[in-house]
Amino acid sequence: MREDSSTIVMGIDVAGAAGKADEGFIDPFGGTFAMTKGLIQEFGTSRVLDTPISETGFVGAGVGAAAAGLRPLVDMMFVGFIGVCGDQIFNNMAKMHYMFGGKVKLPITIQAQTAASGGNAAQHSETLYSIFAHFPGLKCVVPSDPYSAKGLQIAAMKDDDPVVIFQSTRLMGVNFDQHVPEEAYELPIGKSRIVKTGDDVTLIGIGTTTRTCIQAAESLAKQGYQAEVVDLLSVSPIDEETILSSISKTRKVVIVDEDYPKCSVASELSALSAEKAFDLLDAPPVRVTAPHASIPYSSVLEQLHFPSVETVTKACREILG
Amino acid sequence: MTKSQSSIPKDTLMWMYETLVLIRRFEEQAKREADQGRILGTHSAIGEEATPTGICAHLRDDDYVLGNHRSHHHCIAKGVDINEMMAELLGKATGTNKGKGGTMHIADATKGMLGANGVVGSNIPVATGCALSAKVQGKDNVSVVFFGDGASSQGSLHESMNLASIWNLPVLFVCENNRYAESTPFEYAVAGQSVANRAAGYGMPGVTVDGQNVIEVYEVAGEAVERARRGEGPTLIEAMTYRYHGHFGADNPRGYRTAEEQKYYEDKDCILYMEQFLIESGVATKERLEEIDNDAKAKVIKATQFAIDSPYPDPSELLSDVYIKYP
Amino acid sequence: MVSTSVRALTYAQAVNEAFHQEFERDPSVILMGEDVAGGAGRSEFEDAWGGVFKLTGGLIGKFGPERVRDTPISENGFVGAAVGAAATGLRPIADLMFVGFVGVCGDQIFNNMSKMHYMFGGKVKLPLTVITSTGAGVGSAAQHSETLYSIFVHFPGLKCVAPSNPYNAKGLHAAAIRDDDPVIVFNNKQLMGGVGGGIHVPEDSYVFPIGKADRPKEGTDITLIGISYTTYQCLKAAEILEQKGFSAEVIDLLSLSPLDEDAVLSSVKKTRNVIIVDEDYPMCSMASELSAIIAEQAFDFLDSPPIRLNAPHASVPYSPVLEAEYIPSPEKIAQAALSILE
Repeated sequence: MREDSSTIVMGIDVAGAAGKADEGFIDPFGGTFAMTKGLIQEFGTSRVLDTPISETGFVGAGVGAAAAGLRPLVDMMFVGFIGVCGDQIFNNMAKMHYMFGGKVKLPITIQAQTAASGGNAAQHSETLYSIFAHFPGLKCVVPSDPYSAKGLQIAAMKDDDPVVIFQSTRLMGVNFDQHVPEEAYELPIGKSRIVKTGDDVTLIGIGTTTRTCIQAAESLAKQGYQAEVVDLLSVSPIDEETILSSISKTRKVVIVDEDYPKCSVASELSALSAEKAFDLLDAPPVRVTAPHASIPYSSVLEQLHFPSVETVTKACREILG
Repeated sequence: MTKSQSSIPKDTLMWMYETLVLIRRFEEQAKREADQGRILGTHSAIGEEATPTGICAHLRDDDYVLGNHRSHHHCIAKGVDINEMMAELLGKATGTNKGKGGTMHIADATKGMLGANGVVGSNIPVATGCALSAKVQGKDNVSVVFFGDGASSQGSLHESMNLASIWNLPVLFVCENNRYAESTPFEYAVAGQSVANRAAGYGMPGVTVDGQNVIEVYEVAGEAVERARRGEGPTLIEAMTYRYHGHFGADNPRGYRTAEEQKYYEDKDCILYMEQFLIESGVATKERLEEIDNDAKAKVIKATQFAIDSPYPDPSELLSDVYIKYP
Repeated sequence: MVSTSVRALTYAQAVNEAFHQEFERDPSVILMGEDVAGGAGRSEFEDAWGGVFKLTGGLIGKFGPERVRDTPISENGFVGAAVGAAATGLRPIADLMFVGFVGVCGDQIFNNMSKMHYMFGGKVKLPLTVITSTGAGVGSAAQHSETLYSIFVHFPGLKCVAPSNPYNAKGLHAAAIRDDDPVIVFNNKQLMGGVGGGIHVPEDSYVFPIGKADRPKEGTDITLIGISYTTYQCLKAAEILEQKGFSAEVIDLLSLSPLDEDAVLSSVKKTRNVIIVDEDYPMCSMASELSAIIAEQAFDFLDSPPIRLNAPHASVPYSPVLEAEYIPSPEKIAQAALSILE
């Protein structure tokens, strides 16, 4: 926001208490998860816009603003709300650059929060990476910790293509005890990173599940197996090179995706592994995902829904023998 | 007392009072459950009891009510069992939704409560479809959908009002304008400063009512329900109301509204108003009203115990009810 | 007794017949959509269109405007209304004219239609059908030529089917309407326009079971899996391969969710080679899902990696010379097969 004055932020309660500054109410929310706190004080109401509950309206406005010279960051809140702004994302944001022969650019970033738990139930707890990744024209990134969150956020906002950044709500309360540089830096979109090396099995994690994979790797280490954890970071484009080079070393792959299973990113990575690492694999690719069922409310059921350290470790043991 | 007020049957007046109080005590208990960490904080309806009460007083079991994320009061006014509701909040197998929906999705089709819904504006077209269903089947049941001032900016409302009007459907669009969409004030978000005025653009009557006055709501709702039953089509009702707590459990409303404003509206509390009305009009004594309140408290305690004693769902429920049959 | 005459119907005629028969059979069936009849409100122009793809002609005349409803352009409104009507005793069919319009009614499909049965503890049923058109190849450009199977299949609670010829189109539409779960039916534009038509369609009412694939050609050397229009492409590719001395088996998927895993896996275990042909965008597509299932469950049987042939990761272009390269052609499929087999 400081570097480029054409950057604006839009969304529901990205600051909050809109219109009541003269009564002393400024920035009570700063976003549902406080990610946009402090912006309205520094940059004012012409660059930080609280919106009514009109996703089609303000996401579409974001597309138009991007086409006409601004660099909007649009917060759509829970990813399950995609249904009320899908057309703007799938038909405009994803396609305009192509349909207009490359003559219009849309440097817009959408941020969407995923995988809430704790009783947020079916409509507020989804992940839906693959719904966005399916559409050509969109780039999709998924940070997994504070360091990657800052780096990918900046990269997304500087990218001249439309980028969707998925922010895991379950990671927001975690104490990572991780150093985050104060200066601005970018993580390149399209690159995964190895967060733990090992020779016995490749674990691919996405966002929340990267942490699950790291914990599963620790559990496996105690059992004498060294897992390599690939933090996907970029869902579209996919870093095939990093993934395939890890598999060529370990010869086994377990993909952990907390989205629904059918036609998921896990399916895509499994297909990719089978296609391009066919002769290298000692065992079939394994997917650990949520089940093909909505997210239930009751806590005893909800905790069975998302991949856990136990289910990931178990899946690895089945192919490690 | 106006002429029409005096013609409201005593039973109805007492039912409305009982319902207001039951909602209030239930919601207070839900808040305690959340404060004690037993459940995720709900979208409390404390302060907003009167609107669904005045409307549901006219409804039958075969009339439909559809709600939104803040719907406990809609459910109770429509007659959903509070034992099952409390069990649902605690995620138990005996809940209205077998523990699978939770606070934002409570439904009981046997009572015509076709569900709370977590996406703003999402249920408005669905309610329009329930009204369509009645029309096509030649029945005279009506559908009522509750939404907020925030939802009045959703395309779904506009599409649905248009559809309901051109097809002459028996649906009530009820906007509970509690003046805030999370932290965003209604004055900022609603162009024209009136949800009711939008009705004219869709060829239907739109009326604003004091949503804290259950008698006024009752009268306005009565006309709208009768219109719909007679086949004269939809109505938009904008009920001005107020929620005493934050948007949901963890939200502190002091961040966007003053204590003075809150007190102003709490002084116009719908239960206080109705108590005054009943006592002054000789319909009930103070003692009788206290009895009703104690009764409500007892029912809520019983519901809470029922919920606590109920079992959690079996793990197999994780995967059941995705479909009726697959393949 | 061998039938001497083929009752050849086009795809559109077969589907239309299914609608007429289902409307007759069950008075709770209703239809809503833009121009499903046409000329709304003007009796002299009643049934002006009978649907953009001619699937729904004649219905309003026979069953009346209470049951056959032209709608304003309000997908969120009428698809949502279909959800509500289904929850309250009717059996609605909602016509989403082009699958690329899903963005304007996604919430009703993804958040209500797919979830209500589950969220309400199984106590409300939604026996509704959404029909929609898919596919490129007709010059309709990026927003009107999509396929998007995987977007719907991803959501638990929806069933998804994609007919490939007039015979299974009639049976699948009947099955979808009678199913008590929400069903999405993907009707490919080229098939509706007459490609692959002229096969025998029985006059009486029948259902084709949801969850079952078909095997229009048996073979031994390689499995070609087609979905809707691409089944037709696979059959043509199989002919090319035959001439080269190879025997291809064609599996017509038909049911995307639930998926007939048995049919797919038993074919792949026999032939040991597989190409999946999917007209949809490649990332996280049905082809990806099939490849993952095959790799997972038939890994030791495969002589070669599963191959996916999709549209490219690009929007559908307008210019005919570009669009001609968009959908995998029979030649391209045969080429891919030969590169494995030779």
